[in-house]
Amino acid sequence: MPDGTSHPAPDADRIEAAVRQVLGSLNGDLTVKEAALLGELEALGRTVSRAKAEIAALGGQQLGEHIPAASDELDAVVSHTATATNEILDVCEGLERLQGTLDGAVAEALGTAVTRIYEACSFQDITGQRIGKVVAALKTIEARINAVQSDFGTDQPRAVVPAPAVVIAAAAVAARTEGERLANGPALPGAGVSQDEIDRLLASFD
Amino acid sequence: MDKTMNVLIVDDYKTMLRIIRNLLKQLDFNNVDEASDGAEALSKLRGGNFGLVISDWNMAPMTGLDLLKEVRADQRLARTPFIMITAESKTENVIAAKAAGVSNYIVKPFNAETLREKIEKVLVHA
Repeated sequence: MPDGTSHPAPDADRIEAAVRQVLGSLNGDLTVKEAALLGELEALGRTVSRAKAEIAALGGQQLGEHIPAASDELDAVVSHTATATNEILDVCEGLERLQGTLDGAVAEALGTAVTRIYEACSFQDITGQRIGKVVAALKTIEARINAVQSDFGTDQPRAVVPAPAVVIAAAAVAARTEGERLANGPALPGAGVSQDEIDRLLASFD
Repeated sequence: MDKTMNVLIVDDYKTMLRIIRNLLKQLDFNNVDEASDGAEALSKLRGGNFGLVISDWNMAPMTGLDLLKEVRADQRLARTPFIMITAESKTENVIAAKAAGVSNYIVKPFNAETLREKIEKVLVHA
């Protein structure tokens, strides 16, 4: 709540009772529209009750466990590919030392092959960034689910975020630098510009 | 082109630092130092003498773009050639980098020939 006070989560039964009490006080003088409104509100109350039960059923046994596990698995993928890439680089550096002992075309062919492997190994950076974006998305979903569950999943009063914390969070978003705002990681295929297009764009400024 | 100059490479992926260092070695740049984010890079730049900066964009706590702005705002460092090597491939990123004074811009994944070509280009104009 804006005033920082804590209130219980809205309860469908209480809403329905309140509506009945208000409409009952009209001494039976319900118009057709008011009766229709009562019907709609009762249906809304039943929908809220069902949603509440379904959200509670999601509980810690499903998404609450699966999302952190998925994040951990993806972190492990990044870690394993980094280890494998570093082993490949170890071998390449060994081949470069060997190259120094060779002559002519063989040395040149070896050097070219090693360069191509270095280029290909940059996949680890790109995939790492892409996986990082997925992990961040999963954590956002997890946080939202936890927030919804704390609102509707129990009968406990809602934990209200104090207003100052909300203000601070908003200020943090506003305080992001241009570099942070534009840091979105690798674009999907077709969504970014190519090196040739970048070269043309830069040349257009000269 | 003076290949004995000190080159600073900046990236939060250790693997990427290693790849760029090895590619620079193939181009005969052997005096290469590393930093894992913009803040560490700025500290090294202010404490050293570097002839070229090659930086990633997406790093914390200081991004490559913010590092570039700091470099261009620093009287002693302002003319240091600065190449961005990044996966950020949106037009708005390139425009922002150019506005901040980037010397050249390479999008990941890149090849060794592109790196060589951009380095030559910026050092000739330095």
